[in-house]
Amino acid sequence: MTTARNRFAAAGSHRTTRRLVGARSGLTAVLLAAALMAAGCTGGGASSKGEEAEAPDDPKKVSGTIKVLTHRTDLVQDGTMKEYAAEFNKTYPNVKVEFEALTDYEGEVKIRMNTDNYGDVLMIPAAIKKNDYPKFFASLGSQAERSKKYRFTDFTTVGGKVYGQSPIGVTPGFIYNKRVWQEAGVTDWPTTPAEFIADLKAIKSKTDAIPYYTNFKDMWPLSQWTGAIGSVSCDVQANDKLAASDPWAKGGELRTIDTLLYDIVHHGLVEKDPTTTNWEGSKPKLAKGEIATMWLGSWAITQMQAAAEEAGTDPDDVGFMPFPAQKDGVFCPLVAPDYNQAVSIHSQHKQAARAWIDWFTDKSGYAEDNLTLSPVKGAPLPDVLKPYEDAGVKFIELDQTNTALVNEIDNASEIGLNKPDYRQDLVDLARGARKGSLEDYFADLSKRWTDAAKTAGS
Amino acid sequence: MTDTASEATSQAASVGVPPARAKSRAWGRRGRPGRAGAPVALPGPAPRPWRARLLRGATPWLFMAAALVLLVTFTYAPVANMVAYSFTDWDGVSPELSYTGVGNYVDIFTRPELFQVFFVSLYYLAASVVQIAAALYFATILSFNTRFRNFFKGVLFFPYLINGVAIGFVFLYFFQDGGTLDSVLALFGVDTDRAWLSTSTSANVSLAGVSVWRFMGLNFVLFLGAIQSIPSELYEASELDGANRWQQFRHIIAPGIRPIITLSAILAISGSLSAFEVPYIMTGGATGTETFVIQTVKLAFQFNKTGLASAAAVVLLLIILAVTWVQRRLVPDDKVDLV
Repeated sequence: MTTARNRFAAAGSHRTTRRLVGARSGLTAVLLAAALMAAGCTGGGASSKGEEAEAPDDPKKVSGTIKVLTHRTDLVQDGTMKEYAAEFNKTYPNVKVEFEALTDYEGEVKIRMNTDNYGDVLMIPAAIKKNDYPKFFASLGSQAERSKKYRFTDFTTVGGKVYGQSPIGVTPGFIYNKRVWQEAGVTDWPTTPAEFIADLKAIKSKTDAIPYYTNFKDMWPLSQWTGAIGSVSCDVQANDKLAASDPWAKGGELRTIDTLLYDIVHHGLVEKDPTTTNWEGSKPKLAKGEIATMWLGSWAITQMQAAAEEAGTDPDDVGFMPFPAQKDGVFCPLVAPDYNQAVSIHSQHKQAARAWIDWFTDKSGYAEDNLTLSPVKGAPLPDVLKPYEDAGVKFIELDQTNTALVNEIDNASEIGLNKPDYRQDLVDLARGARKGSLEDYFADLSKRWTDAAKTAGS
Repeated sequence: MTDTASEATSQAASVGVPPARAKSRAWGRRGRPGRAGAPVALPGPAPRPWRARLLRGATPWLFMAAALVLLVTFTYAPVANMVAYSFTDWDGVSPELSYTGVGNYVDIFTRPELFQVFFVSLYYLAASVVQIAAALYFATILSFNTRFRNFFKGVLFFPYLINGVAIGFVFLYFFQDGGTLDSVLALFGVDTDRAWLSTSTSANVSLAGVSVWRFMGLNFVLFLGAIQSIPSELYEASELDGANRWQQFRHIIAPGIRPIITLSAILAISGSLSAFEVPYIMTGGATGTETFVIQTVKLAFQFNKTGLASAAAVVLLLIILAVTWVQRRLVPDDKVDLV
């Protein structure tokens, strides 16, 4: 079961992306030909730029076979996706839906997108630049229109048009074992990073559990920490502000977030050997109470509950809490989309593809099945987030106006906010496997970020 | 530390010739009759000359065609493509790219931190010395009449047959806290309580150790093949002269397989510079185990700088070619003459 997991997994080890076939022997000839053809190879034939995938008026009239690329290999294998398709066919009898599940979704689809053949419906890979969306995908409509009904339209809007829609909304947070936290005498959610550390220390001294599990080796769980941006200041502009400010300056969002991680590791509140952690193994450990806490997201709750059932412990022990920071006495957890579904610009059956996306988002029940938030505005919270409702949290959704610029700075600086590397270094620093001080480390990140910000966007 | 099996074996085949040639020369000197002279032409109808010439010219190409097509398609064409990309700012996905001239190369050579990762290669280089020495030792031992020698040959070569990714996963369990290594040490009463991959030095030594385990079999087989092509009369003669095992190794085996040792050294160096699979799977380059290739892969696939990464790959290729050239100048590939 991997929802947000593949999204952050490092791309595979594909070294070269394209192969030039049919070149004559003789190295010089090949070199020459390749140099000449390199430009031609990358021409994706995006002649139909700006096309729209309109929603069909009459469900009976739309027809065709559409191929849906998905990262949910588990749901395709166990037949769940087929059930969704059968349900879909009750409304759209003339559309045939085929699924293609990809284990290394990000890595494979990114390369396939150099061709015209990347399915009719697909999840937008993280590698595609936001400004390139109109070259690859057909628009789903104007933002003004869609934002009335749906969340997350900001994330895929280019030039006022929306290019994708996530079928679920997730909120990042700590998965914790309620029983262990209670044994340590903690009943209320910590409201500051300092309280959080104190609670973990209590867990360490009063129970046998590992207070916090980094999942260092599997890397992507570390990059999940970036999802906390915004919950410190409760500011919907937090993401946009990254483009114009230094995220690691005193009081900066990432400074608070990364300092918390540093402190957790520095105080020895983590597993003994972070370099050999095991994600699959961590699930039953959390369920059994051998691990007390992990920073993941609401998407992981179902997986932990499943692990609890398998291990024979109580699934209700799996708890979920927001980042320990409050503004005016209120927690501000974020709501963010998972992969956004989009219609390929090369699709021959754009109406059918659009029909699938609309149906899957509105009517499939996929969001409820996965205990996640619905992307449809005004939909009720899933039961697992009941405690959030009781605590009176304020869900915020980050503004995405500057996302393209932020991503450009991120790539240019080679820091990788959504990549695990810089946090792996942070953890190494905190446990003394790497020389240097936290201040110097932040200063270096700040310098790289601000230097890149100067040249980006030109 | 070589991940290029086909290259190794093809080169081994060509380098492995000298001892065989030495052998035939030895026979020649002892005055065996026949063979050396021109082949006796068989009487029969002569084919039309132009067709025969064409056929004779085309035959080697026909034999090589399949290999050449594969080689060009999967090696030279991608390399040429990569060279072309190294002069662009392509991000790996976008349909648009622009030529930036030598910009990427300027970028690489003005960022010294990109070359710091070569320090990690020193661990692998040191490990490859151990690897070659161990391979030489086992090859020598097993070329003599040792009990169960075929069994041991299999045992030593087996790791090389395992997929690198699988090895990465296996050794992850091996090194983890309370894993195989700790359990085995505990059997001997050693309680290390050590996190093997948790510090930079420890992690690099462990990873280099895995490389030794993995590639020693290949070196071993190359050495063994070369040693067995040394004519046995030489051993008999030396034994008559009272030479012991060490003297036999020092004066017969070592000079006899020198070309193979040189080849192994070249492959070891290029292998240590471009170490990738095992550290990538096991640590992903964390905790100071990042090698140049891991860094390049990250540039290309994490930060979408395909142009810059292609340039880095070209630079690595040039560095390896340069190192090989220097090595060949320092240790020229002499003809072997044991007699």
